[in-house]
Amino acid sequence: MKRVLEHAVRWLLTASGFVTSAVILLIIGFLFTEGAGLFREHVIEEGYVLALNRDNPVKEMSAAEIKAVFDEDIVSWKDLGWKDIPVETFRLEDIGRYFTEAELGPQYEHAGSAIAGLVSSHPGMIAFVPESMIPQEAGLNFIEDSTISFSEVIAGPEWFPTATPAPLFGMWPLLAGTLWVSLFAILIALPFGISIAVYMAEVASEKVRNFLKPVIELLNGIPSVVYGFFGLIVIVPMLQRVFGLPVGESGLAGSLVLAIMALPTIVTVAEDAMRNCPRSLREASLALGATKWQTISKVVIPSSMSGIASGVVLGIGRAVGETMAVLMVTGNAAVVPTTILEPLRTIPATIAAELGEAPAGGAHYQSLFLLGVILFFITFFINLCVEFISSRGKVRNS
Amino acid sequence: MDRNSTGVKAGSPSYPSGYSRRKRRSQNAAFAVFRILSIFIAAVLFAILGFIIWKGAGVISWDFLTQAPSDGMTSGGIFPAIAGTLLLMLGSAIVAFPIGIMSGVYMNEYASKGWVVSFIRLMTNNLSGVPSIVFGLFGMALFVKYLGFGDSIIAGSFTLGLLSLPLVIRTTEEALKDIPAGIREGSLALGATKLQTIWKVVLPMGMPRIITGLILSLGRVSGETAPILFTCAAYFFPQLPSSVFDQCMALPYHLYVISTSGTDLEAQQPIAYGTALVLIVIVLAINLLAGFFRSLFEKRLKMK
Repeated sequence: MKRVLEHAVRWLLTASGFVTSAVILLIIGFLFTEGAGLFREHVIEEGYVLALNRDNPVKEMSAAEIKAVFDEDIVSWKDLGWKDIPVETFRLEDIGRYFTEAELGPQYEHAGSAIAGLVSSHPGMIAFVPESMIPQEAGLNFIEDSTISFSEVIAGPEWFPTATPAPLFGMWPLLAGTLWVSLFAILIALPFGISIAVYMAEVASEKVRNFLKPVIELLNGIPSVVYGFFGLIVIVPMLQRVFGLPVGESGLAGSLVLAIMALPTIVTVAEDAMRNCPRSLREASLALGATKWQTISKVVIPSSMSGIASGVVLGIGRAVGETMAVLMVTGNAAVVPTTILEPLRTIPATIAAELGEAPAGGAHYQSLFLLGVILFFITFFINLCVEFISSRGKVRNS
Repeated sequence: MDRNSTGVKAGSPSYPSGYSRRKRRSQNAAFAVFRILSIFIAAVLFAILGFIIWKGAGVISWDFLTQAPSDGMTSGGIFPAIAGTLLLMLGSAIVAFPIGIMSGVYMNEYASKGWVVSFIRLMTNNLSGVPSIVFGLFGMALFVKYLGFGDSIIAGSFTLGLLSLPLVIRTTEEALKDIPAGIREGSLALGATKLQTIWKVVLPMGMPRIITGLILSLGRVSGETAPILFTCAAYFFPQLPSSVFDQCMALPYHLYVISTSGTDLEAQQPIAYGTALVLIVIVLAINLLAGFFRSLFEKRLKMK
């Protein structure tokens, strides 16, 4: 009986030991299955076609071109590889402009043939209509509907997931926004983080240290929405005044908030590393007549470099993944940032802001899961870096 | 120690004159910079706390804490949000604590040291680095959609529980690691089985530190918004939830919605300050509690 219990407990403990690994596998599995579905979706909204005049030889258009055509950024077919004929767009909402209700019939039963006739008589027209409406024998050309391509998603310069007829899922602006805001956050946090870590580990008296340690822990404990709220109420208007910006919600506001949030991680890890620096090294340096500061800068910091570096990398990971604070203060404009003072949008903020509105199972929904996959792998990579850096440090120190 | 070392006269002729004064001056400058930056950060913390306490204190009243929001969230209290946050903390504790402690015990007491432990530790570290919004996506895909819980307290609790798991595991492991092997061996030598040793000797000794870790993980859970955005949180759900399959309001989410969207941002602002203050007070209380347990533990250790 006792032995059975021992064995049962042993198995239970073993099983729970592998729970984290299982969760990671589940996260990868679920995010991937949802996210990969995006590449099976078609560029043009499901059930719809883009109908062209029979004379129009254009066969393929990318999602960006379709959007440009319907936004009237492209006005001539010459840009799409045909002759110089103005582009006329037609959406179902425009039907009242061309036909009276009597022509369409009380149940709109003639609408399909009416549209087909309209497209046949206008050589430059492109019509975005439901596939089922167009009669088989209409004799129109259609834009070939391809699936969403990988390169257009990863490197595409425009994120416009709700555009019709062809949503744009270019993730580059979001990726750039994430990296941009995190980079500045780390640049701000780094001098503070290292200084405080050195101060706490080497300089401060026990009393000061006992005061600073809870301060850092509290900074770590304050919820991200509270930082976001503080940023929104205090930092955003302040930046607007100081830099004379049209809107205060900017990358810099995000970076400042993220810097405060990443700071505790950097300080804790770096301080730990410096405290673990062997006493003998320190004493040898002091015995040679070096000052305390010389000892710190020439001996302690170099020897605990791997720990400091892991702290910084962990801080970057924290900044990259932070959602709520960034969502509240960066203004969420999905454009590739050129300065830090303009609104930008990060990957986590995009997921948080848009998942609630995206219909489950649609291309938009899947694209947000794909963003999740990208985010997961960025942080996964960062963690592996930390692991690598600190294991190298251990080898060197032993 | 430093005074003496810097005060040594540069006896050797190879030192340029004034070297010892210069090196002391650069030390003073560097330390002054460190001190100023540290004070600055402490000031930032107190500015944030002070600002929220100053603005929020006037809002807090008995009604604010015990009433549901009314008039399209422009007046009334935040009671459902407080209750929801406490429920989510409880739910995530039920999910994370047993599994996390067992996992920590396995890593320290059972697993063969070597690749198994380092693999699990790697995975645990990775999991703790996963952004909270990814947990939200995962919770939505697995608990809300795949298992069919819908937007519910149970889905939110599982998501938050998995999020706090790495913290629980790590603190458990660290608490047990510091218990001397001799104590285990003593128990085993008296004829106790391994399980008895863990249950009667190892766990009780590690308990204060484990509890500190558990409390801190609760603090983390109480402030998380992103994981519950799509798994649990309700914009407006004025009554108390009646089952674990109900949605609920939560303080962090409530703060987010009333400070960024709504019918009348001006009128909502006092409520936002009040909500932020309640949230901060919960976090402060949890940190104090954890600190109390830690000092209790240190005192006990000193007595031995």
